[in-house]
Amino acid sequence: MTQNKTPLLALTNIVTKVNVGTPNEVSILQGLNLDVYDGDFITVLGSNGAGKSTLFNTIGGSLPVDSGSIKLNGKEITHLSVEKRTAFLARVFQDPKMGTAPRMTVAENLLLAMHRGKRRTLQLRRLKQSLPHFKEITTTMKNGLETRLNTATENLSGGQRQALSFLMATEQRPDVLLLDEHTAALDPKTSAELMHQTNERVTQEKLTCLMITHHLDDALKYGNRLIVLDQGKIKFDVRGADKDRLTKEKLLSFFDTIE
Amino acid sequence: MSMIVSSIGQGLLWASLGVALFLTFRILDFADMTVEGTFPLGAAVAVTAIANGMNPYLASGLAFIAGALAGLVTALLYTKGKVPILLAGILVMTACSSINLRVMGGSSNVSLLGKTTIFSGAFLKSLPKYFDSVLVGLVVIAIITVLLIVFLQTNLGQAFIVTGDNRVMARSIGINTDNMTIMGLMVSNGIIGLGGALIAQNNGYADVSMGIGIIVIALASIIIGEVVFGELTLNQRLVAVTLGSVIYQFVRLLVLQLGFNTNDMNLLSALILAICLMLPRLSKALHLNHVIKKGVAKYDAE
Repeated sequence: MTQNKTPLLALTNIVTKVNVGTPNEVSILQGLNLDVYDGDFITVLGSNGAGKSTLFNTIGGSLPVDSGSIKLNGKEITHLSVEKRTAFLARVFQDPKMGTAPRMTVAENLLLAMHRGKRRTLQLRRLKQSLPHFKEITTTMKNGLETRLNTATENLSGGQRQALSFLMATEQRPDVLLLDEHTAALDPKTSAELMHQTNERVTQEKLTCLMITHHLDDALKYGNRLIVLDQGKIKFDVRGADKDRLTKEKLLSFFDTIE
Repeated sequence: MSMIVSSIGQGLLWASLGVALFLTFRILDFADMTVEGTFPLGAAVAVTAIANGMNPYLASGLAFIAGALAGLVTALLYTKGKVPILLAGILVMTACSSINLRVMGGSSNVSLLGKTTIFSGAFLKSLPKYFDSVLVGLVVIAIITVLLIVFLQTNLGQAFIVTGDNRVMARSIGINTDNMTIMGLMVSNGIIGLGGALIAQNNGYADVSMGIGIIVIALASIIIGEVVFGELTLNQRLVAVTLGSVIYQFVRLLVLQLGFNTNDMNLLSALILAICLMLPRLSKALHLNHVIKKGVAKYDAE
């Protein structure tokens, strides 16, 4: 399968190091190349320390790159700040506590997310007018979130919090959505439900999405493309029909060859 | 009776400090020591300006600006210089004590005797004793509280709140948390400066040492408000600070009536605040909740 169009997100020769200038200097990403095309739903696999989280932090802008370039629609964004990148990028963290403001209510959190990447002005927030819309979108998560719109998020269950984080990330359609093991902290049933909702939303809205996971089953079941990171590089990249033919056994034997 | 009125007046005038500190202590979630410097700074700036013939309202505005600038220095040290906030506040507070002496022309006390202050108006003079400070305090704290409540309901205000609540999340939805912190420290210290200007005009003088212990008084207003009124919404909590400030002045009055003198007040303020801060722990250790519940239960309720 050939891709002639320009990639939505292009990472070229990315090198990131930690402890630069000390004897402990380590390169985490070592000349990584990745082209993400519009509508790609990519599952990202790799063992601990392979650079998955570093890859996300690099795309998100919280970790500066030492060399290489990141382009969005051909436009250079390598040195753009985290805040500026949120205009086109949304992210769901692994830790349920990271993605929501604990002392603010569910509705307040959603309202804040509606303005992702925009200038915050002295305009009144108009929370009441948005409540019907919030009710509607929280109902789609099918976990009772719609009854807790006026509850502080610190009183929600982990599953509800992650569902809220996911809604917040997708409320304003992002050009790129990063899911950093967003179901890992949940129990198996809740995790499966959120994965299902995630897949529905991503495929329905044709979101471009990268999802880190440790579940080989999820990585195989969801998305149109699968990549495996190892030692700061992409070692394996399948898409479309090739991905559909991939099995857990083949993946496992591949993991054996790289370790 | 007049002592009670005086306490209410003082409580209302000092409430602006509690409300200002609420912005940093409760919303941004850190203790800003700068206020110990910006309070006398506001007083020094206003008193010196008035002594030189400036309109007292303009002079009070100037005190706000001076306080905000000191807050800006703390904020820049903290956000851009990566100096821990407690240390940044102490640095600016210390620097302020020199600046205050400069502003007041080298003397440690400047009097407003015979000058026109915001308390010199004919209408305020016509009121019974101490009612002038009640009225001025009430008007000022009402304006500040209403402006803050409206501000917190705006998109910018919400971005400010979330910065204190979850910095990582705030950044991930595009909020520049540095700018929010800078804004919070500037507004907070601006109000403290204004409070210094008001209290100096009420006292009739500015003194370089008048900032000592004010962070404890401001914190006490916040904590007393929270302890007395319990679970409240954010807007109600802002109002509770003012009530906490009045209650604090009543406690102070009571303590003075018991025979302590004003020199003991900082020790007593610290003690009151320490007890209030430890109240959740104490009530657990002493089973206070259980005792209170039993105390009000019916005879054979168990």
